[in-house]
Amino acid sequence: MANFLLLLHQTPSRFRNLSPEEIQKILGSYIAWRDALVKRNKMRAGEKLTNDGGRHLRTHDGKVSVTDGPFSESQEILGGFFMIEAADYGEAVEIARTCPHLGEGKWIEVRQVDAVH
Amino acid sequence: MGQRSENVDQLVDHLFRQEFGRMVSRLARILGAPRLAMAEDAVQHAMLQALQLWPYQGAPEYPQAWLAKVAYHRALDILKSERKLRYYDDEKEFELRNQIEELRACGPAQSLRFSQEVADERLALIFVCCHPQLPRPASVALTLKVVCGFGVAEIARAFLSTETAIEQRLVRAKRMIRDQSLRCEVPDPGQLDERLGAVLEVLYLLFTEGYAATAGDRLIKNDLCAEAIRLAESLAENSATAQPECHALLALMLFQAARLPARTDALGDLVLLEEQDRNLWDRSMIHLGLLHLEQAASGDKLSAYHLQAEIAAMHSTTEHFTLTNWESILSLYDLLSEKQPTPVVLINRAVAVAQVDGPAAGLAALQAIPVDGQAERYPFLHAAEGEFHRRLGHTSEAEISFHRALEFARTEPQQRFLLRKLAALRGGEVQGE
Repeated sequence: MANFLLLLHQTPSRFRNLSPEEIQKILGSYIAWRDALVKRNKMRAGEKLTNDGGRHLRTHDGKVSVTDGPFSESQEILGGFFMIEAADYGEAVEIARTCPHLGEGKWIEVRQVDAVH
Repeated sequence: MGQRSENVDQLVDHLFRQEFGRMVSRLARILGAPRLAMAEDAVQHAMLQALQLWPYQGAPEYPQAWLAKVAYHRALDILKSERKLRYYDDEKEFELRNQIEELRACGPAQSLRFSQEVADERLALIFVCCHPQLPRPASVALTLKVVCGFGVAEIARAFLSTETAIEQRLVRAKRMIRDQSLRCEVPDPGQLDERLGAVLEVLYLLFTEGYAATAGDRLIKNDLCAEAIRLAESLAENSATAQPECHALLALMLFQAARLPARTDALGDLVLLEEQDRNLWDRSMIHLGLLHLEQAASGDKLSAYHLQAEIAAMHSTTEHFTLTNWESILSLYDLLSEKQPTPVVLINRAVAVAQVDGPAAGLAALQAIPVDGQAERYPFLHAAEGEFHRRLGHTSEAEISFHRALEFARTEPQQRFLLRKLAALRGGEVQGE
């Protein structure tokens, strides 16, 4: 068993005017997906990130420079992440495959957390 | 990070839709009816926030309190930014802050109290949306949007209109509310009758749109009926607004809604009252309807709703179509046609006349109806005429009538029904009554 990060990438979209009913429907599918993993004891963490480009720190000639990360309507950003437990990439991918996040302008990156036992 | 509580409770059906209405009601009372659009924006914002956040952490323990907190904060932010532009609204800001504080401490007891308090505010919002000064179609759309929490697209689908048209109606309605400084409150006893009348009209329009067999999304239409009933129930639960007329309308809607499961067959075709499987009728709704009909009997006013409800009750409590007490129903239609001599009522009366005195009498009653351009285009008028001719054996007249009805048929199920009638005529079969 290992931990895997599911990184949820998306282009910040203008939500078209979703009705309360539509919002609930979408939420329902996310909540069901997440709850199923919680029940199977596979959900380790989940956080949403704020809608901005963050900060980038690099060194130039020994000095640290800080810049704002890019953020625009068309830019893809990391929206949030989950950390789940799975036997291997195969299982992690199967789990990610069913995440409602997958859709137009949205994709999921799966990375294994390295652990030394 | 710790996991959220293992609260696997799914969100209750239509929770967001209902919470939209309740939160807008609350905010509209605090901010005032002219700021209805602001109230909507704040609530919409909260729901979109939920959409972004809850997937990662699960639904919060008290979803309503969470949503309300975010909505109030948002409204507060909007007010504060307005403050820079125009005037101070200290009172409103103060109220909003109070509400937020109350919600911070939210446990189950507070949550429940919060829900109950909203009932009155919801009524106040209904009254302003259904103000007599607003055009009825505007009131219907506005009530659906801000009280019932329907989306513009959903409303457009329900009324076979476009989103743009509905949006315009809503904008105009809100502008009128602003321009005339209409207030979000349950009217004084002196004005209640007139104002309540307008509300009941709107609710009934809402219901008939949902009940109508015109083309459209059946699921949404059933929702309209359910909403109209829910709103009427709120009125019936409040002592100030629980007038006999209100009970009568509620009874009528319950009787009609009870028949919905039997009204369409597997193909989506319309099933006539005479052919409906009465086992499919919702007994608990009929029972509830009878209770409200009883309460409607108090007082001395006999409204059209009373009469329609009585007629519907007669049908609903009859085991089989053949056992229908047509004499009583005809008397009720006689009274109703004096109060409300609309073509629909008069045609229905003619049908009752035919049941009591035979098709020739029914035909005479039908032909005595003053028919204007609109009524002429009513398929039911011609279908009834065709049916009477058929029963009298006037096959060619019947064909002409059914063809005329076909010209005006608005939906596929209606067309199929009429084509079947025509086919039966040509088949020469006399269908048993």
